[in-house]
Amino acid sequence: MSTVATSQIKLTPEHARPRATVRSRLQDALPKIVLAPSFAITVIFVYGFILWTIYLSFTNSKTFPSYAITGPRAYQRLWGWTFDTDPPSSWYTSITNMGIFGFLYILICLALGLFLAILLDQKIRGEGVLRPIYLYPMALSFIVTGVAWKWFLDPGLGLEQTLHQWGWTSFHFDWIKNKDFVIYTVVIAGVWQASGFIMAMFLAGLRGIDGEIMKAAQIDGATTFQLYRRIVIPLLRPIFLSAFIVLAHLAIKSYDLVVALTSGGPGGSAWLPSNFMYEYTFKRNEMAVGSASAVIMLMTIVAIIVPYLYSELREKSR
Amino acid sequence: MSTVATPARLPSSGVNVKTVNRVVIYGLLALFALFYLMPLFVMLVTSFKTMDEIQNGNMLSLPKAPTFDPWLKAWGETCVGLTCAGIKGYFWNSIKMVVPAVIISTLLGALNGYVLTKWRFRGHTLVFGLMLFACFIPFQSVLLPMATILGSVGRFGASLRNSVGTSFGLGNSTVNLVFVHVVYGIGFTTLFFRNYYEAFPTELVRAAQVDGASFFQIFRRIMLPNSMPIFVVTVIYQFTNIWNDFLFASAYAGTGDSMPMTVALNNVVNTSTGVVEYNVNMAAAMIAALPTLLVYVLAGRYFVRGLMAGAVKG
Repeated sequence: MSTVATSQIKLTPEHARPRATVRSRLQDALPKIVLAPSFAITVIFVYGFILWTIYLSFTNSKTFPSYAITGPRAYQRLWGWTFDTDPPSSWYTSITNMGIFGFLYILICLALGLFLAILLDQKIRGEGVLRPIYLYPMALSFIVTGVAWKWFLDPGLGLEQTLHQWGWTSFHFDWIKNKDFVIYTVVIAGVWQASGFIMAMFLAGLRGIDGEIMKAAQIDGATTFQLYRRIVIPLLRPIFLSAFIVLAHLAIKSYDLVVALTSGGPGGSAWLPSNFMYEYTFKRNEMAVGSASAVIMLMTIVAIIVPYLYSELREKSR
Repeated sequence: MSTVATPARLPSSGVNVKTVNRVVIYGLLALFALFYLMPLFVMLVTSFKTMDEIQNGNMLSLPKAPTFDPWLKAWGETCVGLTCAGIKGYFWNSIKMVVPAVIISTLLGALNGYVLTKWRFRGHTLVFGLMLFACFIPFQSVLLPMATILGSVGRFGASLRNSVGTSFGLGNSTVNLVFVHVVYGIGFTTLFFRNYYEAFPTELVRAAQVDGASFFQIFRRIMLPNSMPIFVVTVIYQFTNIWNDFLFASAYAGTGDSMPMTVALNNVVNTSTGVVEYNVNMAAAMIAALPTLLVYVLAGRYFVRGLMAGAVKG
């Protein structure tokens, strides 16, 4: 880069007149030339590929892509399978799981994150030690988290066995092997990983609140509970929104955690739509159905993210 | 501190309530600290135990006779699929993938952020908006076309090797993953640098321009020397994300010798053949976690800043 720039500088005095226009035009266009590759890459590999996936979802592709449009058959098949068909629809399992996982994961992370942030904000000694402890799981990959929790929740090796040894022999906890409860173990591991980060977001928000408002409320005789309920939590609304966006985004993209923690669960009972997409596209040779599920995932994200991004960008430019 | 002052007005009961409150708060905080530390603790102690002790002992007890063998075995001998040469090769695969991907995506992000803040043109918001949205897409929606393209590139590379003698890296899984991570990482890196340069005084750039400094001179002499913090944040963020990625890794390098660490770890843990060696599994998981944990311990502040910058977009 630098060599180009310096050689141009040296050339200018000698070739001042004839080169001036070319050079200045180049200089004018240079910013765009620099940005162009990244922009082109984004347009092709993000938006082009999205269109490609949408196209595939309207074809009859199985193991290999086929490019003859056959209409929305893939979507009909996707939604046509129900719990009553044989085998029962993994798509409905996936979206039911998504509902359970998404709801609990977001709710518990928000609640726990806020709770921990409020506790940590009470002028705690050793905050510098506690905060990193709450936050470190975010640095781990979902695979490592899954491996650790798989071990911890295993009935024969982990928590259950430990409590048995301590004398609580009636304790029974086999959710990770139970097809009706396995998705809740994904919630536990997911909350463990992300709640510390949500705590950090809320803590940053709490630290940003003007101390004068708090003092004024205290002088007016507000109890601590009232203070938080009526004043602090409403002031944290923007943080709730950002945290919700982050969590919703993480929840919809969760894929690795299910794989590492449950290997999909008994009979695919822990699948999320992301797992469904992967399995159908790459393992069951149902490319069109896999693409259709990817399109539905994308639409869900779009519905959540686009209004948010739009308002953020508009606010910034105002 | 304040308790010293209060007894004068409120006798013992007020002090007690306050003390009880403090005890409850500290108790809860400690309890949650245990909750967060537990899985790591269990993983760590298990990785130093013998199989005998695991089967007969308590998950939470410290190893009676700590042994380093599981770590050595995980590193050099354990089986990933059919090859039993440990995870060391896959660890290096990850390094070979992460280093170029982080460097390229960070540099591109810096240049993009520079253009999008200091050399604005009509439609810069739209360009940024499109790149920003790309950060959020579920990668499932691009996974299949990318697989198709990488497949064709691989076939082209193979035919090149047959005719010219070298494939120029086309079709190499590591090269593919570097490319994929750069493509889907520049949205984030651009976002980071754009927001950082937004606050950088434009007057300085204009002044340098008046003095005849070129586009790249300004970038190298004025922007770069003032970008250290955001470089650290971006590099850490990208490093963590790319090291921890599993979806792309399993889709484009899911088999063979070119698997990155995350895929190899998943294979080690989920093999159904033979006796499951939990201590080796845990050691392998620790090895996979160490690089990012180390970064977190050494530069936690920047790590959190990156997450925050990625969280509060726009």
